[in-house]
Amino acid sequence: MGAAARSLVSAIRKRPCSLTGVVEPAVRLRAAVTLLGRFPALAGVDLEITPGEIVLLKGPNGAGKTTLLRLCAGLCSLASGQGWVLGHDLNDERRMVRRRVALLGHRAGLYDDLTVAENVAFWARAAGAGGTDVDEAIERLSLTGRLADTRVGRLSAGQRRRASIASLVVRRPELWLLDEPHAGLDQQSRDTVDALVRSAAAAGATVVLATHELERIQVLKPRVVSVVGGMVRAGSDSADGPNDGDASTEGDRRVS
Amino acid sequence: MFRDAWLIAGKDLRIEMRARVGINQIVPFAVTVLVLFAFALDTDQEALRTYAPGLFWVTVLLASLLAIGRSFAVDLADGASDRLLLSGIDPIAVFGGKAAAIAIQLVVLEVLLAAGVVLLFDVTVHRYGLLVCAGLAAAAGVAAAGTLYGALVAGLGVRETLLPMLLLPVVAPVLVGATRAFQDAFGVAGAEGWAWLGLLAGFAAIYGVFGALSYGALLEEA
Repeated sequence: MGAAARSLVSAIRKRPCSLTGVVEPAVRLRAAVTLLGRFPALAGVDLEITPGEIVLLKGPNGAGKTTLLRLCAGLCSLASGQGWVLGHDLNDERRMVRRRVALLGHRAGLYDDLTVAENVAFWARAAGAGGTDVDEAIERLSLTGRLADTRVGRLSAGQRRRASIASLVVRRPELWLLDEPHAGLDQQSRDTVDALVRSAAAAGATVVLATHELERIQVLKPRVVSVVGGMVRAGSDSADGPNDGDASTEGDRRVS
Repeated sequence: MFRDAWLIAGKDLRIEMRARVGINQIVPFAVTVLVLFAFALDTDQEALRTYAPGLFWVTVLLASLLAIGRSFAVDLADGASDRLLLSGIDPIAVFGGKAAAIAIQLVVLEVLLAAGVVLLFDVTVHRYGLLVCAGLAAAAGVAAAGTLYGALVAGLGVRETLLPMLLLPVVAPVLVGATRAFQDAFGVAGAEGWAWLGLLAGFAAIYGVFGALSYGALLEEA
């Protein structure tokens, strides 16, 4: 068997769903372990997320939700186990993953000395998006007018968060990874974020979000995945249940 | 690739122009160092003229530490470094863009300091071509090495103190080569200025290539 044939067989084995006609999961983790220093922030996660799904990661502080999101974004490496995101192997194709996902973290990821419009335009150009996309994203997050020309360093926390989201919207990602997306936002902005999530999922994108605002998230009807102690609990509860990952039933459940 | 590098360089330069850290802090720091040297040696004007090239480049290297540290601080401040990774921009373009922005700032600093040296130390420029070429090559070398080592220490809590310890010994050849080239340009010593310019160009080329090739791995670890 030639090298090319061996490579093809290896690729088929590594991506069991890609050539069988079955829809390939947006995220697929098998016994994924990620270390933060020597600490196993993720200690053997098994998770599968289908394209177009909205998934809520639920769990107490320090459970590993943020690390799980960062792993899916290709920003953390696998210490052991296997993982694929949008068909790319997390062990050796993380750069390919990164350009197709958007991660809203705890920090805004913006430059204080640039205006809102300049920040959004910079990240748009970095992603190869056009000027129309920039205007659209700014308008969608209600950052038009004087606010667009204001330096990010002078914005309130909520405005900053909106600017951060606008700079993600402009990339048109296939996988949205949102860590506490409603934090610091007023009611109107929270509604805007919910609408964004809904429209992204409707357009075929996959959305994974971590939040403690479970009541609010019910309207999005997400599949709930409990993360406890760096592991995904086999069995999850509804979004309006206690946010401690104390689930006991088998299987994930869609919030009704 | 060049489009992305220019995007990064343009962003860094725009931030520096807005924040005015270069004008308000780095340039005054460099001028202060130069003036202190002048105070320390002012009894001997001939010594000032003789040592002006070395003092000039020591000052440039010290000020460059501030510019390099600042270049990475703006990316780290609000998590933009993660977004740069996620942007999909080739690490070679990120390296090229950041190094170009630092080099441009260093060239501006060199021009201002050269004027200061001429005024304070009473030196005369004999070879403008050599002066300009050496200034550009040295700026490129320091920027390339600085961008490389800046990324190396970016993720560490002790980066402010670690960067000078790592970078200054590495750029010692630039200090020697640029000083010799400037000695020739100022006519204060019979150094082979153009030969030393070759060393500066070689240093810039080596660190440019090495930095570009290794920057992706450094960003992963930062």
